[in-house]
Amino acid sequence: MSTESVAVKAQQALKVHQTLWDISVPGRSGVRLPDSDVPTQPMPDAALLRSELPLPELSELDVVRHFTRLSQKNFSVDTNFYPLGSCTMKYNPKINDVIASMPGFSGIHPLQPESTVQGALELMYNLQGILQEITGMPASTLAPLAGAHGELSGVLMIRAYHERNGNPERKVMLIPDSAHGTNPASASMAGFDVVTVPSDAQGNMDLKALEAVADDKLAGLMITLPSTIGLFDPGIVEVCEIVHKAGGLVYGDGANMNALLGRVKLNDLGFDVVHLNLHKTTSTPHGGGGPGAGPICVGEKLIPFMPSPVVERHGEDEQTNFKLTSPPNTIGTLSAGHGNFGVLVRSYAYLRALGIDGLRQASGDAVLNANYLLKRLQHLYYLPYDRMCMHEVVFSGRWQKAQGVKALDISKRLIDYGVHPPTMYFPMIVEEALMIEPTETESKETLDVFVAAMETIAEESSQTPEVLTEAPHHTPVGRLDEARASRQPNVRWRPLETQQS
Amino acid sequence: MSEHPSDLRYTKEHEWVRVEDDGTATIGITFFAQDQLGDVVYLLLPKVGSAIEQDRKMGEVESVKSISDLFGPLSGEVLEINKDVIDHPERVNEDPHEAGWLIKVKPSNKDEFTKLLSTEEYGQAIAS
Amino acid sequence: MTESFPHSYFPHTESQRREMLAVVGVDSVDALFADIPQQFRNPDFVLPPALTELELGRELGALARKNAVPGEYASFLGAGVYRHFIPSVVPAMISRGEFLTSYTPYQPEVSQGTLQATYEFQSLICLLTGMEAANAGMYDGASAMAEAALMACRVTDRDRVLVLDTVNPRYRAVLDTYLLPQGITITTVAPDKVSVNDTTACVLAQYPNFNGGIEALGDLADSAHQVGALLAVSANPVALGMFKAPGDCGADIVTGETQPVGVSMSFGGPFVGYFTCKNDYIRQMPGRIVGRTVDHDDRIGYVLTLQTREQHIRRERATSNICTSEALIATGTAVCLAALGPGGLRQMAELSYQKAHYAATVIGAISGYEVLNDGTWFHEFVVKCPKPPNETTQGLLERGIIGGLDISSSVPNGMLFCVTEMNTRSEIDALAEALGQIAKAV
Repeated sequence: MSTESVAVKAQQALKVHQTLWDISVPGRSGVRLPDSDVPTQPMPDAALLRSELPLPELSELDVVRHFTRLSQKNFSVDTNFYPLGSCTMKYNPKINDVIASMPGFSGIHPLQPESTVQGALELMYNLQGILQEITGMPASTLAPLAGAHGELSGVLMIRAYHERNGNPERKVMLIPDSAHGTNPASASMAGFDVVTVPSDAQGNMDLKALEAVADDKLAGLMITLPSTIGLFDPGIVEVCEIVHKAGGLVYGDGANMNALLGRVKLNDLGFDVVHLNLHKTTSTPHGGGGPGAGPICVGEKLIPFMPSPVVERHGEDEQTNFKLTSPPNTIGTLSAGHGNFGVLVRSYAYLRALGIDGLRQASGDAVLNANYLLKRLQHLYYLPYDRMCMHEVVFSGRWQKAQGVKALDISKRLIDYGVHPPTMYFPMIVEEALMIEPTETESKETLDVFVAAMETIAEESSQTPEVLTEAPHHTPVGRLDEARASRQPNVRWRPLETQQS
Repeated sequence: MSEHPSDLRYTKEHEWVRVEDDGTATIGITFFAQDQLGDVVYLLLPKVGSAIEQDRKMGEVESVKSISDLFGPLSGEVLEINKDVIDHPERVNEDPHEAGWLIKVKPSNKDEFTKLLSTEEYGQAIAS
Repeated sequence: MTESFPHSYFPHTESQRREMLAVVGVDSVDALFADIPQQFRNPDFVLPPALTELELGRELGALARKNAVPGEYASFLGAGVYRHFIPSVVPAMISRGEFLTSYTPYQPEVSQGTLQATYEFQSLICLLTGMEAANAGMYDGASAMAEAALMACRVTDRDRVLVLDTVNPRYRAVLDTYLLPQGITITTVAPDKVSVNDTTACVLAQYPNFNGGIEALGDLADSAHQVGALLAVSANPVALGMFKAPGDCGADIVTGETQPVGVSMSFGGPFVGYFTCKNDYIRQMPGRIVGRTVDHDDRIGYVLTLQTREQHIRRERATSNICTSEALIATGTAVCLAALGPGGLRQMAELSYQKAHYAATVIGAISGYEVLNDGTWFHEFVVKCPKPPNETTQGLLERGIIGGLDISSSVPNGMLFCVTEMNTRSEIDALAEALGQIAKAV
């Protein structure tokens, strides 16, 4: 065999797909622990014990190579630009990870006596305070473990509020047609009937339609600000007034908070409860799908109903003492812990690093970057809402669709230019939607490279559309057969003898 | 193959009905429906022996990116479900009016037939 | 308020900003916020001044040092969150930027790392629990148990659940939060008082239970199945290193807290709840699911599958509202199980068992202390103490020991002690000595 073909074969071997079971060799040793140092205790009845433990057997280097190679198949913020609308994929500062790994934070048990974790409780208390200041709301809890978890808490609180006021018949939750899917899903889990309210042609809430459904069955409205189309609804105060007048409460989905940091207080606009996505707005890493955190900030009316725990401060100076407390009419607990503390530490570090000037810088540059992309791309991609945007801009792939190229194809082709696709097909009210959120941590050079890629793609769309419809071309795998994955779900490894075709 | 054969009757919810010689009704979803759904991956059909009602939800058809309710085009007792389509949902895309049939039903109320649409009426309904 | 705040996280220079503003066609960044009503725009915010990275490390380090760390203190605290050995390969892998800073894998071509790691997590969890299908993870063990109950109600089309009173009280509380708003009735019973009928959707049990005891899962499965109900078990994955898998005992849904396998205790989170079920119910499972398939060139690849169950498609009819979950933690679990292997996991379980039983023997021998566990139990045990738990806890802290959990609300002067492979014999002996001294103190 020639030297060249040996090299080629070696290269190919590196690309061969392998699972842990392909690498496993029976008898290979993993981690060893020290032998028992206590007198031998009688073991349980064998009938209660398992005879086989069918896990793969790997050496330590096997594990390291396997997962390191896997990681190299991923895009990540550390390596690529992610213009994902509504996800706020900003830089994740490394100091936050270092601090979260300190033994005093990563090694403590949630049920330790409170006197032994005053540092952790103080951090949580301070973070509550900062989030309250940012939103202008008087109280908060860090308990929810993700945005959707925060939404569930918020709507459960609204339900508890009405029940306590003797209005359990208020069963309707209004949700805009542009809402993120978690909104109606959360409302449904809380036992509400979901009624959809349309957006008007400018992408704002249709006030007449809202008034028509704001009756005595109304429990509340869930609304995202800026909206999921990246626009600040100038009628937001009136929206809140209409809902309040009908006896309902307003829930704010804070997913797009990056546009508003340091610019406006949500409490002033009339919101009764909002959640924040710390893994979006406050830079905590996405981890491939979590962990996140979805703390909620609440107005006066809902304070007694907050989920537990809330951190309170008692005493002063040397007598200062932080405690985990339960609000008097709490909706209860949503998890066995106090919140995703490891995420909270990172968020707190980030917010302390920015201060108010940094927060305003973040929202300012985020909105500037999005508008810069709007101006540079609007002659090539249809802009359904021809007005200044906030931190994200929504284009429609409708011009390209006329040439047989879908938003999906544009997205997949961007991968060949080293850019993660933007958010596609959301919100549902925009045809062939492409939602682009650059965030403030991307440089002008990166944005210009992105614009160049989008310009090229627009040209390819009319000249060589098959380059788009067959994209991406340079990834470890191409477009995958999702129908097959749904028809014959294969969601776990099986030994060869029990495999189906 | 005609997109919407004239020997079938239709509903606005994109089901078709074929009345067989023995009086039973075969039911499926239309060419238009499977085209809109994309690759069908899973079907949730009513059990044999159960009753379905005209215009009431009777099951679900799932594609990769969406899921739609199936509505009873008429009322009756479910006599048979198409096992081939359960094991190979792609039949619904390949041949929605023949091999892709979903259930066979014994109709309970002949008057309900008047509510079904003809080929022309269905064609107009989907054009709008 | 300054417009420009030089900071290493923000790349724009002043001249770049001016250039971009010119393209946008406005004079200032503030003008970009004109849609915010004037009277609400730019209020005052009172926040502490920004810290440099050096100051951040100093100030937050001081907060960290105020906490007593298990390891620096001998710790015998469990109750759902456990201190086990975390192999160094785990933090080494999950601190890699490609795993840490990547997004949810909706674009599979650029997410094969996350997707395959998740598929391997699902596979490992299925092998451990003896179940057929698993999802990509839930928030934690408690919410996973609640979602199991909701799923059982959907599958059986019933609205009553039965939960054993030996389930972790914190998990029991989360069941209320999730189930009651959907009109589901929850009945709590002792394991020997289980009574089901054809309105019962499921029986919920914990394995080992909150007091460390091993429930008779086979009997519970039989009782449930006789009335067409499901058995849903919440199982500790380390215990599954030695005890029979719930799937082999007849469980229909097995969930649990994966934290004991490779996840730092981190004051309660982030953790990851695992969720498994029989293949028949796979379309009713909440959360993301990774499936294996091929591309057009027949190369094996992984994708998110059965997405129509989820909120972004099904919306108000979704199986759950969960979106962001705990993917990185699940990846860490996969790394940990791969590193431990069957030998390491079994050893971890057996060491914990041995040391806990030794501790129970020496503590039970101290005058005034009574160990209440009988039958088979894993690595936690209930001790009835001579003094109230807060006194005992204080006395132990003074001697550099974090003791068991105060459970006096259900057992008079009761404390729940946990021992794992991380506790040495001398720590256990020192604990016994300390308890003896505390009992004698006036």
